[in-house]
Amino acid sequence: MAESMAFNYFLTVLTFLPLAGALSIAFIRPEAAGRIRWVALIYSLVTLALAIAAFVGFNPNQSGFQFVEQYPWISSPPIGYSIGVDGLSLLLILLSAFLTPLSILASWSSIHTRVKEFYLFLLALETGMIGVFVSLDLFLFFVFWEVMLIPMYFLIGVWGHERRVYAAIKFILYTMIGSALMLVGILYLYKVTGTFDLQIILRDLPGMWHSLPASAQAWLFLAFFVAFAIKVPMFPFHTWLPDAHVEAPVAGSVILAGVLLKMGTYGMLRFCLPLFPQASRDFAPIVSVLAVIGIIYGALVAMVQPDMKKLVAYSSVAHMGFVVLGIFALNINGVEGAIYQMASHGVSTGALFLLVGMLYDRRHTRLITEFGGLATSLPVFSTFFLIVTLSSLGLPMLNGFVGEFLIIVGAFHALAVYAALAAVGVVLAAVYLLWMYQRVFFGEVTNPKNRDLPDCDAREKLILVVLVLVILWMGIYPNPILRRLDASAAQVVQRVGSTSTQMAARAPSGGGEGGERVR
Amino acid sequence: MSLFQPTDIVRVLPEIVLAGFAILIMVLDPFVGARGKSSLGVLALLGVAGAAASTHWMSQVPGMAFNGTVSADNFSLYFIHLFLLVAALTLLGSVNYLERDQINHGEFYALVLMATVGMCFMAASTELILIFLGLEISSISTYVLAGFKRHNTQSNESSAKYFLLGSFATAFFLYGIAFTYGVTGSTNLSELNAHLDRSADWSSLISVALLLMFVGLAFKVSAVPFQIWTPDVYQGAPAPVTAFLSVGPKAAAFAVILRVFLVGFAGTSSLSLWLIWVSAILTMSLGNLAALWQTNVKRFLAYSSIAHAGYVLVGIAAAIASGSSEATSSVLFYLTAYALMNVGVFILIAHLAGPGERFTNIDDFTGFGFDRPGAAACLTVFMLSLAGIPTMAGFFAKFYVFRAAIHANLIGLTVVAVLNSVVSVYYYLRLVVVMYMREGKAEASTADLPMLLSVAIAVSLIGIFYLGLLPDSFLAFANGAAKHLR
Repeated sequence: MAESMAFNYFLTVLTFLPLAGALSIAFIRPEAAGRIRWVALIYSLVTLALAIAAFVGFNPNQSGFQFVEQYPWISSPPIGYSIGVDGLSLLLILLSAFLTPLSILASWSSIHTRVKEFYLFLLALETGMIGVFVSLDLFLFFVFWEVMLIPMYFLIGVWGHERRVYAAIKFILYTMIGSALMLVGILYLYKVTGTFDLQIILRDLPGMWHSLPASAQAWLFLAFFVAFAIKVPMFPFHTWLPDAHVEAPVAGSVILAGVLLKMGTYGMLRFCLPLFPQASRDFAPIVSVLAVIGIIYGALVAMVQPDMKKLVAYSSVAHMGFVVLGIFALNINGVEGAIYQMASHGVSTGALFLLVGMLYDRRHTRLITEFGGLATSLPVFSTFFLIVTLSSLGLPMLNGFVGEFLIIVGAFHALAVYAALAAVGVVLAAVYLLWMYQRVFFGEVTNPKNRDLPDCDAREKLILVVLVLVILWMGIYPNPILRRLDASAAQVVQRVGSTSTQMAARAPSGGGEGGERVR
Repeated sequence: MSLFQPTDIVRVLPEIVLAGFAILIMVLDPFVGARGKSSLGVLALLGVAGAAASTHWMSQVPGMAFNGTVSADNFSLYFIHLFLLVAALTLLGSVNYLERDQINHGEFYALVLMATVGMCFMAASTELILIFLGLEISSISTYVLAGFKRHNTQSNESSAKYFLLGSFATAFFLYGIAFTYGVTGSTNLSELNAHLDRSADWSSLISVALLLMFVGLAFKVSAVPFQIWTPDVYQGAPAPVTAFLSVGPKAAAFAVILRVFLVGFAGTSSLSLWLIWVSAILTMSLGNLAALWQTNVKRFLAYSSIAHAGYVLVGIAAAIASGSSEATSSVLFYLTAYALMNVGVFILIAHLAGPGERFTNIDDFTGFGFDRPGAAACLTVFMLSLAGIPTMAGFFAKFYVFRAAIHANLIGLTVVAVLNSVVSVYYYLRLVVVMYMREGKAEASTADLPMLLSVAIAVSLIGIFYLGLLPDSFLAFANGAAKHLR
């Protein structure tokens, strides 16, 4: 009985446990920094354990949402506390729960001021992130989507670097403009369907288009899409990202790149494609072109960055361009690759930000020209850095490859030119990442300040070993993840009713092959 | 026909209790020593509590009183409760303020109560003449309150401006009533409704009447282009008075707008919709854009309150366009949420600004967040709620209004409104930025919050989160009130 009760509220507990941690921290004296760090770490680890339990307990053969909880919340307008997960959201929850303890560990010694508030906001942010992914009610989704901005705003604005205030404001205003229009879209959907419940809307909306103005679907698509495109961020909306990343503290950058950007692509998969299939098909060429521009442009700009953090930030623009390209290929390979790439990018880019943060802790600079020859003074650190760099550029057997491969296959079926250009993006990624690696780690130690740097301590090794293990696991044996994605990816593709004939090209085998082939 | 029934007294019992306490305070004032004036504040609070208790008997006898001039219905009850809340919070925030700034006179408390009486009559009466009397009672009381710091030139300026422009506006309102009477032969709202319904060819003079009345009311709610007085008056008036001004008379004027536009002039809805629609867009946009440039907290909150009036007007436009009681109830909900946030923030600022309100510049709060975490956190909640961040009342209020507007097919208006609310995030967060993200020594007062003020702040914060998380039961109350507006 007790067990089934716990099971009934499983997702709620998972979602709100970090918030409970934040509340417990609120009651600790601010001077007890050590205790605060440990409380934060323990709460985030328990959350991670629950997320892993959800991942294991998830039934990959069952389509639709699992661990569903539905309770009425507000009666008029009817708003429900309605949550549940499918493969897509499950993976992103796991990612959020994985990156939060790492961020807490990474901030262990780099955050000394206002420690209490820092961890409080970080845990509150985790609840916001998980909440976004579990919500099955448009209103609830919107609440989490907006609320989550506040802790992130404080993380950037209080603990960031020199231009932190500018970056924090830019971050919040950009996101809010998008979400304001999305709110209008949500309200319009409510007017049409009389509910905020995503599952009911998914069921009823297809039969309602004929009674609406012809342009309604396109406008609704845009209202949602712009909000998500800003969050991703896609090419013309990306300008907030480099500022936010560069100014944010390490933990902020990790969460921002690792999870927050994924909310944009998650939104496209969860709302844009299934709710507005016709408009998605109509806009797919434009979106794909923007995605390809993002891939190439992000890579070229990353190449010329003197600042490592900025380089990684622009590489995110390029990588997320891949994800969007995969989604709007509108076939199962593209979609499944996109989802996989979301998780994979979260891990690799999160790891890159952590590594750059570790360098910053040592030298208090991130300029590439300040470094050189670090491989001799920091052998362990440079090995880890190399593995993560390779994973980010999509080396086979590491996590980046599986997703990019599937996306390019999907894009090829949509339009071969996209795939060709995206492949150019892969090459460019290799260029800017390896070139950076070469300048930072190879050659003679030219700057005497770099000679006697301490190599990784136990805490850093722990973080990096965990990350590298995940990178290897995701690259070598992606099947446990891909299996859980099948149903959701297939459902998205089926709803959007792709014109592609490649529906039959089953992804798990494709993904498996990706892993097999290199073995 | 007798002049009135005994039950009529019960139907205006809250007003009678308030007026009784106001008179009692003025009578007692000379007998209370300079040190004991605060006890008059407590007496005024008792008066508010008594009036709140008397609404119980009032609700027992719904119906018209005094030959159909006052209506004791749920709509009136809703607003009376709202005004009592505003009065109570203002009084709680005033007592220590008046002591600190050495202007602790008994009249203050009596005037707050009298202004509340006027507001209650504005919301409860269904007769234009009585509405006008209520408007005048509340206006004259607030003119005096605005200038309550007699030796402060800013406060004097505030009072003079408010009085001069306010009397113009009420004159316009009265002129509108005269026109209405001239055309229809009645000043009773339900008779007006019937008359305008019957005569399809209502003369264009009725449009003039509506326009004139709107001018008067738009002044009271500080809707563009009648908002010019607002920043100066709000800045100059003592901050607890500003708290009262920015919510009480405004909500009362909105109640009148609802009664006049949705009941009395329901037959002229195309004209009313056009008026409100234009005014809503201008009010939101101008309020928000002007607020971006302010450096003084009271002044930027003044512009923010103009912007909020604009959102309320969006709800009213939706109510006129759709005629649904849900739209009306979104307006009622908004006014309560707005009251909690705005009174709360102004009385908190009143305290933090220090003796003589010296520190009201935004820069005075530099680094305040980590000096005084508690007070800064309260201020942050007020700002986030005003900005419309979810889990707080401000968000739900906006959400309901926008939903009503979308439902009434006012999509363009809603888009303007949501974009405006994004703009507003910028300036609300500016105070948060200054408090938490800039290094420096805060000038703002670090004196502990007095007990009465803490109670008021706690009530506002609890209210903000209650309405923001569990709005259901309160919304039912607002819905019930909205249904009675007929």
